[in-house]
Amino acid sequence: MAIYRAHVLVCGGTGCASSNSAKIKEKFEEKIKEMDLHKEVQVISTGCFGLCEEGPIVVIYPEGAFYNKMTVEKVDKIVEEHIYKGRIVKDFLYEDSLDEDLIKSLSEVGFYKKQRRVSLRNCGIINPEDIKEYIAQDGYMALGKALIEMTPQEVIETVKKSGLRGRGGGGFPTGVKWGFAAPNEADQKYIICNADEGDPGAFMDRSILEGDPHAVLEAMAIAGYAIGATKGYVYVRAEYPIAVKRLEIAIDQAKKEGLLGKDIFGSGFDFEVEVRLGAGAFVCGEETALIASIEGKRGMSRNKPPFPANEGLWGKPTIINNVETLSNVPQIINKGPEWFRGYGTDKSPGTKVFALGGKINNTGLVEIPMGTPLKEVIYDIGGGCPDGKEFKAVQTGGPSGGCITKDDIDTPIDFDSLVELGSMMGSGGMIVMDEDNCMVDVARFFLDFTVDESCGKCSPCREGTKRMLEILNRIVEGKGTLEDLDNLEELAENIKNTSLCGLGQTAPNPVLSTLKYFREEYEAHVLHKKCPAGVCQALLNYKITENCRGCTRCVKVCPVNAIEGKVKEIHEIDQAVCIKCGACMEACPFDAIIRK
Amino acid sequence: MMKTLEELKKLRDESKKNMEMRDTDKKTRIVVGMATCGISAGARPVLQTLIEEVDEKNLSDVQIVQTGCIGICRYEPIIEVYKPGEEKVTYIFVDSRKAKRIIDEHIIKGKVVNEYTIGSEEKR
Repeated sequence: MAIYRAHVLVCGGTGCASSNSAKIKEKFEEKIKEMDLHKEVQVISTGCFGLCEEGPIVVIYPEGAFYNKMTVEKVDKIVEEHIYKGRIVKDFLYEDSLDEDLIKSLSEVGFYKKQRRVSLRNCGIINPEDIKEYIAQDGYMALGKALIEMTPQEVIETVKKSGLRGRGGGGFPTGVKWGFAAPNEADQKYIICNADEGDPGAFMDRSILEGDPHAVLEAMAIAGYAIGATKGYVYVRAEYPIAVKRLEIAIDQAKKEGLLGKDIFGSGFDFEVEVRLGAGAFVCGEETALIASIEGKRGMSRNKPPFPANEGLWGKPTIINNVETLSNVPQIINKGPEWFRGYGTDKSPGTKVFALGGKINNTGLVEIPMGTPLKEVIYDIGGGCPDGKEFKAVQTGGPSGGCITKDDIDTPIDFDSLVELGSMMGSGGMIVMDEDNCMVDVARFFLDFTVDESCGKCSPCREGTKRMLEILNRIVEGKGTLEDLDNLEELAENIKNTSLCGLGQTAPNPVLSTLKYFREEYEAHVLHKKCPAGVCQALLNYKITENCRGCTRCVKVCPVNAIEGKVKEIHEIDQAVCIKCGACMEACPFDAIIRK
Repeated sequence: MMKTLEELKKLRDESKKNMEMRDTDKKTRIVVGMATCGISAGARPVLQTLIEEVDEKNLSDVQIVQTGCIGICRYEPIIEVYKPGEEKVTYIFVDSRKAKRIIDEHIIKGKVVNEYTIGSEEKR
């Protein structure tokens, strides 16, 4: 094997790929070749580093130098200075990674300090397209241990003891779930990996598949052995092309090494995995709808029971686990359930990956022990809201969850305490809102999403969510009444109680939780026809203040000629004509136009 | 195609070598001066030798890094050895042969090769 003296790791996750990381990698390879260093320096594409806000990210080892916001233009200098002469280009380094003049180890950098990377342990460390790098990190050792040293029952017991709970949203104990399918007699059983990640803002499953696909495959094989299944499917959405490609490469490599296929490790156990592409319907994240979709039917949920563990894919016992859940399994087998319980809380052991988005400085992917207070995630890891704005609330659980306000910011994050607050863990999307977000508008955004994504099979979800959305639309347009608020609550309760599947049962949550915590904002909309955050267009008026110098720039940009005034005199907006597009406010060089 | 767990372990141990570079928490550090002065005095083959030796002798706890100009260009090629709890040792006029001896005696056996150090030169 060739020995290299330096490794250049370029992030190949979706976030960095969309900001040109492929070109950066090419440029590194080109320049390194040009300087005749290609036999000494290896350039590798890795998975997500998590700090997407600072992407594209390049890390150079052995120093562990963390270059952020990389561009093709910076490559020449880094190769000439750092790689050739050994002088780290400090100007291009991520500021937080420098302590005076010394490079801090990544685990010491503010963003990473409070994180514990279990699911993401290999993301940004290994080359996901090279099975050897996964194997170097003890990859497939857990499968070997399970097949050779453990009985299927022992595997299930180990996972039960670890207390691992489903990371896809429900939080159901994984070992218990496996235990349901194991005793069922059938000529064929199935393992499905649910990679139909649909919550707006959540991308941890994608990042795991992109950064560490073998961990998921290994876990599926372990699950297969535990319940007696020989076939697995990864149901992944087609809009994750990088994840799909890496999965397919991983499956190919695992087959070639004999780690998937017939008689693995000579144990007599067979397991194969196929990828199935979803078309991006949110409802297909629900188990029974997902199964229908794999079977080639329209993705619609059905009544449970029978549960998939008894009658699932093609009527056979089937276990469906989420990507992140599975990614924990090999390490639980390798290091034992007690090790896993060393993280997190008693009822929610382990770590959880969250996708931080919205009004937060460090947008990206973070993994923290369960029970970490929300405050640490928002401020210590996330770096707070940009531009010094005040934190208002965070939406967890996406369109199925609710908001947590600043009053509850000390809440430890785990499955149960989030439910207590009227939200839920969900798959781990965290959308942060600051003082400029209107909570009615936020609720409307999520409901708009669920109305679109409702499969239409049951009427409470199909009709009910639509009616709720109509009411919310009325409110943000300033046509709402107090009665509308009561109707919203009543409808919400009915939809929750009578919908067929999780989609409908949770769809009203964003409305209920914003009504609970921000009722005064709703009331401002319906009673005073005002949007306190200044978001709802119909309730806003643009006004020109005394700061106006009469430069006439606003007159020129107004598309409906609603602004009048003489040069060097204060202008005025005709409210009857104004369409509230905001163009004048953007154009004003004196910040003389306000929105109220 | 592997059929046994032993084969997997073997492949793991082989693959680990290449990955060890990405562990920045190693104990012993060997720093090679690789500025223009160092390179022109022959630091590149020294670096290559060190890397090969560390790999060959499975010194997984040793990190080899480059640095810029150390400031005493007349002594290049220079390497500095940092071991935990010990003072930094600076070797000067290093070539491949000397590098091998430094690895064998200082890194592996813990005995500083006095005759190559900057201290012995300055006493002269």
